[in-house]
Amino acid sequence: MRIGLFATCLGDTLFPEAVKSTAVLLARLGHDVVFPPGQTCCGQMHVNTGYQREPVPLVRNFAEQFGDSSIDAVVMPSGSCAGSVRHQHEIVAERYGDASLRAGVATVKAKTYELSELLVDVLGVTGVGAYFPHRVTYHPTCHSLRMLRVGDKPLRLLRAVEAIDLVELPQADACCGFGGTFAVKNAGTSTAMLQDKMRNIGTTRAAVCTAGDSSCLMHIGGGLSRIRSGTRTLHLAQILGSTRTTPHALTEAVR
Amino acid sequence: MTPTARDTVLGRIRDALALAPAPATTVPRDYRTGRTLPDGERLALLTDRLVDYKARVHPCTADDTARVIAEVLAAHGARRIGVPAGLDEGWLTAYDGEVQRDSADIPAPGLDALDGVVTASAVSCAETGTIFLDGSPDQGRRALSLVPDLHVCVVSLSSVVVGVPEAVARLVPERPTTLISGPSATSDIELERVEGVHGPRTLAVVIRTDA
Amino acid sequence: MNTFLGMPATPPRSPYGTGNLRGDRKFPKAAHDELANGQLRRNLGRATSTIRTKRLVVTGELPDWEQLRDAGSAVKTDTMNRLPELLEQLEQKVTERGGTVHWARDGVEANEIVARLIRATGSSDVIKVKSMATQEIGLNEHLESLGITPYETDLAELIVQLADDKPSHILVPAIHRNRDEIRQIFLDEIPGVDPDLDNVPAHLAAAARAYLREKFMTTRVAVSGANFGIAETGTLSVVESEGNGRMCLTLPDTLITVMGIEKVLPRYQDLEVFLQLLPRSSTGERMNPYTSLWTGVTPGDGPQDFHLVLLDNGRTAALADPIGREALNCIRCSACLNVCPVYERTGGHAYGSTYPGPIGAVLTPQLAGMDAAKDDPNSSLPYASSLCGACFDACPVKIDIPSMLVELRHQHTEQSGASAEKLAMKAAAAVMKRPKLYTAAQKAAALGRVVGGRDGTITHLPAPFDGWSDSRDTAAPPKQSFRSWLASAEGAATLRAAAEEGVLPATDAHTEDQ
Repeated sequence: MRIGLFATCLGDTLFPEAVKSTAVLLARLGHDVVFPPGQTCCGQMHVNTGYQREPVPLVRNFAEQFGDSSIDAVVMPSGSCAGSVRHQHEIVAERYGDASLRAGVATVKAKTYELSELLVDVLGVTGVGAYFPHRVTYHPTCHSLRMLRVGDKPLRLLRAVEAIDLVELPQADACCGFGGTFAVKNAGTSTAMLQDKMRNIGTTRAAVCTAGDSSCLMHIGGGLSRIRSGTRTLHLAQILGSTRTTPHALTEAVR
Repeated sequence: MTPTARDTVLGRIRDALALAPAPATTVPRDYRTGRTLPDGERLALLTDRLVDYKARVHPCTADDTARVIAEVLAAHGARRIGVPAGLDEGWLTAYDGEVQRDSADIPAPGLDALDGVVTASAVSCAETGTIFLDGSPDQGRRALSLVPDLHVCVVSLSSVVVGVPEAVARLVPERPTTLISGPSATSDIELERVEGVHGPRTLAVVIRTDA
Repeated sequence: MNTFLGMPATPPRSPYGTGNLRGDRKFPKAAHDELANGQLRRNLGRATSTIRTKRLVVTGELPDWEQLRDAGSAVKTDTMNRLPELLEQLEQKVTERGGTVHWARDGVEANEIVARLIRATGSSDVIKVKSMATQEIGLNEHLESLGITPYETDLAELIVQLADDKPSHILVPAIHRNRDEIRQIFLDEIPGVDPDLDNVPAHLAAAARAYLREKFMTTRVAVSGANFGIAETGTLSVVESEGNGRMCLTLPDTLITVMGIEKVLPRYQDLEVFLQLLPRSSTGERMNPYTSLWTGVTPGDGPQDFHLVLLDNGRTAALADPIGREALNCIRCSACLNVCPVYERTGGHAYGSTYPGPIGAVLTPQLAGMDAAKDDPNSSLPYASSLCGACFDACPVKIDIPSMLVELRHQHTEQSGASAEKLAMKAAAAVMKRPKLYTAAQKAAALGRVVGGRDGTITHLPAPFDGWSDSRDTAAPPKQSFRSWLASAEGAATLRAAAEEGVLPATDAHTEDQ
């Protein structure tokens, strides 16, 4: 299958390891990974903050970069960016776009997937040959859980990882408090939510807290780093990309 | 002439609907309706739900009704009770206390002096443990079953239906209707349920299993 | 007749400066103080987690819960589409049955109507059933200014009134108080209360019963809200627990019910949907202890003088918004408050409105506007959410609150002029729409590594990001972006090796067999 990889602006710029693991994983599974170099950002931050005119060029660019019919599916290692493409691009296109943009948005929307959806629903795999001999807890990010409805797909993928010690996160479905610009505009409330999330993570005594979205992990990881927690954050793709031959070298969490 | 508030509000609504027209909607009613269950199951379900909400349940036969009502009233020390004007007189033959037949001219404070009240009921919903009173002569005006601290409510099993849709279908809309699910309760303090606030603190349900 | 004598006009919001639909400061500032109250957070955390669990149990019991939600949502949407005819039908039926219907353009007018009706009875006291609508319009404050004493009879409303406090929850207005605080309020404020009163909830409830019983027996006028008004029959309904509602609806000579125009339902049969959705969603019970249904006046039973006040107060303004109008479908169950991670931490007062929590964040700006004055506190409400979506899942009538929040944010940025944020958003979009500029910016970001301190971690950021960096470290940007790695020899070699290495993918069945 020819799979278009959308790195997301955050993944491309700040968290490239998660995107590398996504690319490696798909290549290992025998798929052609295509990276349209003109890609930039999905515009989620703009829309979620109340700006819908400004992201029109971004929405158009996304549709152009991935609209080509030679691309069978578009994947991104981010539940919230996939949610933006699937739910917000058409809102922007309906309001501020033209007919061609609306058509382009509809085309890419139909073939856009978050990583766990692509693996389980499209490629039909849960065991991806991964090896990760560490204690791991999984935080289902809100947009994966409630916007995309990925359900237990990430957990099915994690359960199939060799040597993993997967422990359940208490109150897993509670928001970590990130919410994009929410964490800046309402920093106090966001911090209160983060503290509870970190307390729950702490009870798992996991070495790694994983999730399908680098943005939430940036938030949780930033908090864990500040309190010198023994748990570090790692994107789901990095666990799935770790194998016996090329295992992920788990660096010590900052203490 | 200045428009009335009525004209203004209705005009605003029409303006709003013109500014934001919406397509007509049909209501999908794919939820469960018209359910039935055998007598034993309806009785068991209703009993379970009533007990869950701290109502006392006393099953009996039609012949036994008077004796069971008298026992319930005696157990709660009810020496003076009120009954609606149309209550079956046969239900009180075993009771030796004072009975006040209700009428609309008795002021509410007069009801406060009663130890309890005995009424019939219109319909009951097993799934939620809800008894419906509709102001029929054997159920009386609403104040009667509200002010006294003990409400003994007689339910015929034939009037017990499975769910809410089946119960609502049996109601007469114009009648003043009260739905009762257990004794009065509050969850206002730390969301902890406490039975017994302003309505009757004790609800005793006498279920006539062959009526 | 639906004929227009011109262009339809946008209906007005609730008049500025009236009622309780606007706080005096923006949400983040108000939340800051509430967050510092450890007692409040413990009270709220315990209460909301209790109710969340109960709700999940009783909604999970019904195999047709989703079908009920679909029906409830459609009934409300259908209602809004046919609002004029349904209100006229309701008015006709109530009138036929001996009631009197009044219309109020806004809260001020509704307050005047209610006060006039109370004065006509000669009573200077009135007993009240908990009502969001009368809270919204500030009826109690208005009555007090005229020398009429309103007695709140719902236990939580009584606690709030005795403490001269404000409600903080739609269903449990005193949710921010624990049993010790409530005991103290009763000891201080209820005349003749037992000085040995302890903090057991049952004893506290008994104290309220004793205090209010005399009021119920002697007060001749009651004011209520309504959960539903049935157009087809003229039937009104109050859903409650304690019996204070039954007392108010039954014992006085005069009953005045204030109902928002959006509370009408087309058919009596529709109760079969909402009497399942509401109690299970609000208190987590299969059915609330008491629901009263009454139709006009019934000779010999209950108040013989009945008035229904139909209230607009900004509801038509909300109705004129194709997206926002969905907020009018709300049945005030408060499930969205109980599942909201923001509400759980800040409580209801931070929202500054009668309607707190997620539904309040979308309903309040629509009823009262969010740009009615410079720095209108209501403009901060649509941002008081991480958009986690828990409210949408919990809503019994499927109101898409997250989408509505995003829409209101958009309306706010459109209404407000140039701002630093808008400029930053434009600048970001300008860079991101040009891949070359974007790549150059990434390289500049990588240079930003020099700001990193301990282990390449940034611990302090300037405003407006200082709130973020107060409790979070930020990793310094990596040396190389993904795209430059991919374009590098290392990237190409890694992907080639991965393709050659391959993997024998295990299917679901395969892994479960192991």
